[in-house]
Amino acid sequence: MSTPARQPSGRQHAAGAFDVRNVIAGLIGFYGVVLVLVGLFGESAADREKTGDVHANLWSGLVMVVVALAFFLWTRLRPIVVEPTHEPGEGTDDGSA
Amino acid sequence: MGDLRLDANWVDYLLVVVYFAVVLLIGAAARRRVSDSLDFFLSGRSLPAWVTGLAFISANLGAVEIIGMSANGAQYGMPTMHYFWVGAVPAMLFLGVVMMPFYYGSKVRSVPEFMRRRFGTGAHLVNAVSFAVAQVLIAGINLFLLASIVEALLGWPLWLSLIVAAAVVLSYITLGGLSAAIYNEVLQFFVIVAALTPLTLIGLHRVGGVGGLIDKVRESGNGEQLTSWPGTELSTFDSPVWSVIGIVFGLGFVLSFGYWTTNFVEVQRAMATKSMSAARATPIIGSFPKMFVPFVVVVPGIIAGVLVPEISKLKQGQESGLDYNDSMLGLIRDVLPNGLLGVAIAGLLAAFMAGMAANISAFNTVFSYDLWQQYVKKDRPDGYYLAVGRWATVGATVVAIGTALIASGYSNLMDYLQTLFGFFNAPLFATFILGMFWKRMTATAGWTGLVSGTLAAVVVAVLSEDALGAASTGALPLSGQGASFVAASAAFVVDILVSVAVTTVTRPKPVHELAGLVYSETPREQRTDPDAHRLPWYQSPTKLAGISLVMVVVLNVIFR
Repeated sequence: MSTPARQPSGRQHAAGAFDVRNVIAGLIGFYGVVLVLVGLFGESAADREKTGDVHANLWSGLVMVVVALAFFLWTRLRPIVVEPTHEPGEGTDDGSA
Repeated sequence: MGDLRLDANWVDYLLVVVYFAVVLLIGAAARRRVSDSLDFFLSGRSLPAWVTGLAFISANLGAVEIIGMSANGAQYGMPTMHYFWVGAVPAMLFLGVVMMPFYYGSKVRSVPEFMRRRFGTGAHLVNAVSFAVAQVLIAGINLFLLASIVEALLGWPLWLSLIVAAAVVLSYITLGGLSAAIYNEVLQFFVIVAALTPLTLIGLHRVGGVGGLIDKVRESGNGEQLTSWPGTELSTFDSPVWSVIGIVFGLGFVLSFGYWTTNFVEVQRAMATKSMSAARATPIIGSFPKMFVPFVVVVPGIIAGVLVPEISKLKQGQESGLDYNDSMLGLIRDVLPNGLLGVAIAGLLAAFMAGMAANISAFNTVFSYDLWQQYVKKDRPDGYYLAVGRWATVGATVVAIGTALIASGYSNLMDYLQTLFGFFNAPLFATFILGMFWKRMTATAGWTGLVSGTLAAVVVAVLSEDALGAASTGALPLSGQGASFVAASAAFVVDILVSVAVTTVTRPKPVHELAGLVYSETPREQRTDPDAHRLPWYQSPTKLAGISLVMVVVLNVIFR
């Protein structure tokens, strides 16, 4: 991810919503919130029997929310800067110009 | 898939629908960035290594792996771990450390293209055509499994599930190309982990923890399935010594090196990175999650063997409404409450879709660059090949629907076809590794080695008891996995022998044409990253590979 010697050339911008970490955070976070809600308000006796009396939805949901927050923080702290599009065959760092 | 029904409610459907919406959004977002054909086929060589590393294993974490490996877990127990610790991780490390410098450094756009530059068109055609055909057929198998989950879930007829599933995959690849496929693979990885981890933990809780699981497996009379070595039941060799040799050499060396180091579906993910170090790190980073995947795929299979009534009946040798391939779905049905059930369904659909998308995106690259550009229409503008790639995607998807329909009628036929494609992989590794390190090896040796190696594997399969079903004669006392280990080993040895023999009587390529392709003719700068010494340890391919190797050895010792 880090290429120290690269020249800053052309138009650069943060990846923003296209950064896959934000997509992961969004989806897993949404799943987490839904599961927490189901765990708090929608658990049936049949569900409890399946899980062997564990609050499976609630706990899984909480873990997912934490993971989502971690991804969100990571994106905030280390944003990806998108390089302008390269010519085909160019844009590698292996020194073979 | 037997007569399994999952009791999904509206919350589960909501989670699934949201997943599909995100997938299509990614396709649309990726489209804005696709400006030339390299962007479409190789993501403009711009992705970070952790993304391609996860995509690397995700592309492989499709239907065949999840359904197949949990089924093996239910049937054979711990020896199934070999498919990951012996049959994948070492080969992935070898790819990153030894072979990737040639793939990435020579700037080829596909694995067959490397073959063409090293050995000319003979070996190239063999490789490109067999790969392209295999990908379309395997895409069909993934599509069939995907549609059968939709069928079990929604009760839609198979043909409708097939078309809807194919349309979703088609729309996001044609829109976004490889970027969209890779981003979805990464997303899919997290969803499938989010689904399978609670499944495994709740399953363990239900059987009384790890100790309870061990006791229950022993009680059912399958105590030997708790140890991974020597795995005689898996290899089907009676002698424990031969079983270990078969697993280490047949599975761990020939089959897995053939698959992981030459399969363009995998290598393509590494080619989409921005630097040599990132390309080399891709399979190595992937090896870390890969070694832990079996804990959420194989272990649920083992749990299903004692917890799901139909599967434990199977293990006692009785008839039941399900078969081993239903282990994972059976466990999901029995332990996941609504809510988590939705995550699991989304994860499975995602995995099967990503598997198919990986096959198709690798197919369209090989079709456009290696077949169309090379043999049909040369020297057209870049945009032309981009269009060819998009049409190839549509064509491959339509063919995959056809394959899936065939698969639904003749499930055994598809198994045999997959066995057959395994035979194409085994000699490939021999040819690549000889070609990369032996500059004298000739173009004629390239294709004759491949063809004779493949034939050797087919001959062994025909002589075995059941590798090709009714086509096998039973002259050799080999069956099941043991037969494929021996077939692949025969392919490897024959390929090497023929290549060496043919090389001695044919003329080698001029040395100056081998730069970047053969170790001794490649300048050091071209196969190394000039910034490599400045990278911290967690980005250095060789250091990471060392850590991964130690970890996988430790896992083998703990779970021996």
